[in-house]
Amino acid sequence: MILAGLILAEAAAIYENKNATQSQSYGPEARGGASKSEVIISDEDIDYPKATNIDLLLALTQESCSKYAVDLKENGILIIDADHVKQLPKGNYRVFSLPILTAAQDKVGKLIVANIVALGALVEISKVVTSESIEAAVLSRVPRGTEELNRKALTIGIEIARAAL
Amino acid sequence: MEPKKNALFVQGNHACFLGAVRAGCQFFAGYPITPSTEIAELCASEFPKMGGRFIQMEDEIAAMGAVIGASLTGLKSMTATSGPGFSLKQENIGFAIMAEVPCVIVDVQRGGPSTGLPTQSSQSDVLQARWGTHGDHEIIALAPSTIPEIYTATIRCFNLAERYRTPVILLLDEIVGHMREVLVEPPADSIEIWNRTRPTCSPAEYLPYRHTESGIPEMADFGSGYRYHVTGLCHDETGFPTNDPKKIDRHVRRLISKIGRHRDEIIEYSTRAIEDADVVLVSYGSSARSAKRALDDARAAGLKVGLFKPMTIWPFPEEALRLLANRVRNFIVCETNMGQMKLEVERIVGGKAAVHLVNTLNGEPITPQSIVDRIREVM
Repeated sequence: MILAGLILAEAAAIYENKNATQSQSYGPEARGGASKSEVIISDEDIDYPKATNIDLLLALTQESCSKYAVDLKENGILIIDADHVKQLPKGNYRVFSLPILTAAQDKVGKLIVANIVALGALVEISKVVTSESIEAAVLSRVPRGTEELNRKALTIGIEIARAAL
Repeated sequence: MEPKKNALFVQGNHACFLGAVRAGCQFFAGYPITPSTEIAELCASEFPKMGGRFIQMEDEIAAMGAVIGASLTGLKSMTATSGPGFSLKQENIGFAIMAEVPCVIVDVQRGGPSTGLPTQSSQSDVLQARWGTHGDHEIIALAPSTIPEIYTATIRCFNLAERYRTPVILLLDEIVGHMREVLVEPPADSIEIWNRTRPTCSPAEYLPYRHTESGIPEMADFGSGYRYHVTGLCHDETGFPTNDPKKIDRHVRRLISKIGRHRDEIIEYSTRAIEDADVVLVSYGSSARSAKRALDDARAAGLKVGLFKPMTIWPFPEEALRLLANRVRNFIVCETNMGQMKLEVERIVGGKAAVHLVNTLNGEPITPQSIVDRIREVM
């Protein structure tokens, strides 16, 4: 998910000439534990690098949804994985419950691209960057030889979002 | 889809690596530690392709020793660490000061004391950078706030190290080290690179610690035929230890004054909206980002607030702040420690103005709102 945040910010900063920052937080564990990738996209200078009063939260686990939804603004977009987030946080949000992990496994064929599926869905719902920018940013970051797989993941993400819109 | 030209979206640690390459750094020795590890990783994968060398040593102390050794052979050398490793390097940093060996030490600060908060931020090594090693000495330390600033400051650290034959500290923190922003690398010919002055005399005539007019002796590369002695003991112009009180006094004073008398060339700072300010924020590193946002928010609310941002934190831009203190009644130091720079600001202001502190100690950055709240309180 940290990579997905990086790609989103890069799509805005490098391919759309907006100001963007990306930062991440995680604990001292070598693996496991909640991690967070924070992206700010703005036409103005970005000074404070942490996301507060956020417009959109993407959470693939119950832990991350419960922990980070408090920062989501009223009527903000909450995208969750339909199979892993069952308990919705209290508040007035626009919730999109999407089968992100299932789609990565069954429709793309690899669970590891769930982050790119999620990115496709996020961009389709929020329109924060164009689909061309996000595709260019994804293809510039993924390992050589996996371009088709990731392109497919992005398309599937866009499709499952469209079905929910 | 045309990407922005020559633009990279990189972490601060990556920008530091790129700056080091541009400065001509060819040697990295280290012992990887969060949140500085990306610098070591990039040097490990890229230096060998460029004819440089990376070595992971058995510990932090040895890594600092290797950096000193490599620099003595003529290579621009660096290491990167965080608080716990920075503590271990202090003895050898003192050696580099005494033996006048140029090198760059990057400290990506995290929470302390001890192993503290490995993955979260802090600015609590500000005074360790100044006084971490024993003995009377001067030190140069820079604390940038943005990814482009980190790139430029890294180059400047190497330049200052080379010109003044001294270790220079680049003080980053976890926030600026790990966050990503756009970096557009400036064209090579727009960047000034300074190199150490090498002797032009014959090896027989060479005095490695000669008292030159500038206060900085010429430095010969080990292995180039100029044989000399390098020691942490007080030494005379030949490099051999001495107990002669006159020579010792002259030597220690030169080590200190070679930085002090070039302060104007070493010190860099910037200001924002200070002309009519009633309250001036003093901040550096990641906290300066919060301070700048707070300033803009406060100005939008009609409050007359300015920002004084030292890039060189040691030596501190003392004269500029003192001048400001003739007019400004309130300073607010914003830093993620218990007030380490506040002490310096209080010393400089000398009771002419009130000095306040806004800080966090929990690994999190200072929120701009908490600074605005404090501005309203003191106004």
